[in-house]
Amino acid sequence: MLVDIVFWVLALLAVATAVLVFVVDSMARATYALALSFVAVGLIVLLLNQNYAGVITVLMMLMEMAIMAVYMVMFMGMNPALMPMSMVHSNRVAIAVAAVTFVLLGGGALLVDWPTRRGAPPADLTAALGQALMGPQMLVMIAFSPVMVATIIGGVVLASHRSRYDRFGDDLDRRPPRDPARGGVGR
Amino acid sequence: MSGAVAVSAWWTPLAVVLLGLFVWAAAALDGVLTARAGGTHRGAALVRPVDATVRLLRQRRVVTLSSDRPLWRIGGAGLLVAALLMLAVTPLGHWTLSDLDVGVVWFNAMDVAVWALVWLTGWGANSVHPLVGGYRFLALALGYELPLMFALTAPPIAAHSLDVGVIAGAQGTVWNVVWMPVAFVVYCVGVLAFSVWGPFAAPIEPDIAGGVRADLSGVDRLLFEGGRLALLVAGAAFAVPMFLGGGSGPLLPAWAWTLVKTAALVAVLVWLRRRLPVLRPDLLLEVGWLVLLPAALLQDLLVAVVAVWVR
Repeated sequence: MLVDIVFWVLALLAVATAVLVFVVDSMARATYALALSFVAVGLIVLLLNQNYAGVITVLMMLMEMAIMAVYMVMFMGMNPALMPMSMVHSNRVAIAVAAVTFVLLGGGALLVDWPTRRGAPPADLTAALGQALMGPQMLVMIAFSPVMVATIIGGVVLASHRSRYDRFGDDLDRRPPRDPARGGVGR
Repeated sequence: MSGAVAVSAWWTPLAVVLLGLFVWAAAALDGVLTARAGGTHRGAALVRPVDATVRLLRQRRVVTLSSDRPLWRIGGAGLLVAALLMLAVTPLGHWTLSDLDVGVVWFNAMDVAVWALVWLTGWGANSVHPLVGGYRFLALALGYELPLMFALTAPPIAAHSLDVGVIAGAQGTVWNVVWMPVAFVVYCVGVLAFSVWGPFAAPIEPDIAGGVRADLSGVDRLLFEGGRLALLVAGAAFAVPMFLGGGSGPLLPAWAWTLVKTAALVAVLVWLRRRLPVLRPDLLLEVGWLVLLPAALLQDLLVAVVAVWVR
């Protein structure tokens, strides 16, 4: 009974704050409405006894939204992010896509024949989930992480307007490098 | 190797009272140290926290023009809530309010929530200096958070569990701090940082007119200042089961040892504020990523090797 009430409160909170993201006129409110929506989803995951996955969702989403606040000022020219602004663009197309996706997924969930349970749930759900995700696919995961890191670094290098030649000079022999701000370890 | 026993939720008010006492004691100690450094009367410093509380409660709330009121209030009051939620998974001796099997991750999630809360406090005022302060905090956070996460990883590796009670119980005569000192130091750096305390006070420094707290007044200021100290206390309290052997110790019962160790660590952290200079926010990123992070990772490696070996 209590679990039902908590579930419905969190589910309504998740949907309501998700709608708010597009209704409010401030980047900060939109960002943290989205954070709240994700936190509600993370807490719903806790109700599934997936404690690790639930808490880690809350952690990652809060961090992500805080970093969003950094990007918000870094990458938006003339800082409209600090002023009231509309949170939607191309809304007709977006509404159409959202409606079609909702009908497709919702219809699928209602119409598909769900399989009946075979066997009993394992004692430690998190460990079982980790095994299923990481056990046989460990090699893929290990191969994947360097690719992801390389992608991130490549993206940052391409986006940055200063290259190593700006820092170290044409022959890459200027020490210490010329930086707009000095680092903390004497470079 | 057993976890702490979860007590009824009715004990929560006691935890709140205990936190309040510790916050008052930390504020009084800070006052005494300040008075000693300034050569003024020390006795008055003991009642100053009470004095300041009463004054702030009676002070009229100042509101800035077109401030984002909900976000501002959530940020300011949230620090105290985050500290309480950290304490919810921190065992007092053999008892704990919540016997969450992923308590360490929960603590980590709460300290990440501080990122959002401090920035929101800076943002909400719709004023330049608080906003600069909010961004200074995020700049610091990018530097300290990853080392803190990896420092938090070391005790769970050794105990094969993320349950705080189990980690406390897994330490025998050798406390974790003895063989993972680097993780402990990095953890303490993280506690100072998420409490915006001592060397990490750049977001609230006078050079930007008080930064995040520049436009806070009355009860909002009280909650923000109280929240910072509460985070410092919660961080110190969490270090006890993680690194300082939990409630183990001679003669005294387990709960008393937990309180004694917490008080000692809080005292050291409060004392450090007057001993260390404030760090410029742009300097911490390199220190965090080139010094603290590799150090914490090496510590984790060492702990992992020992943990596998012993098993």
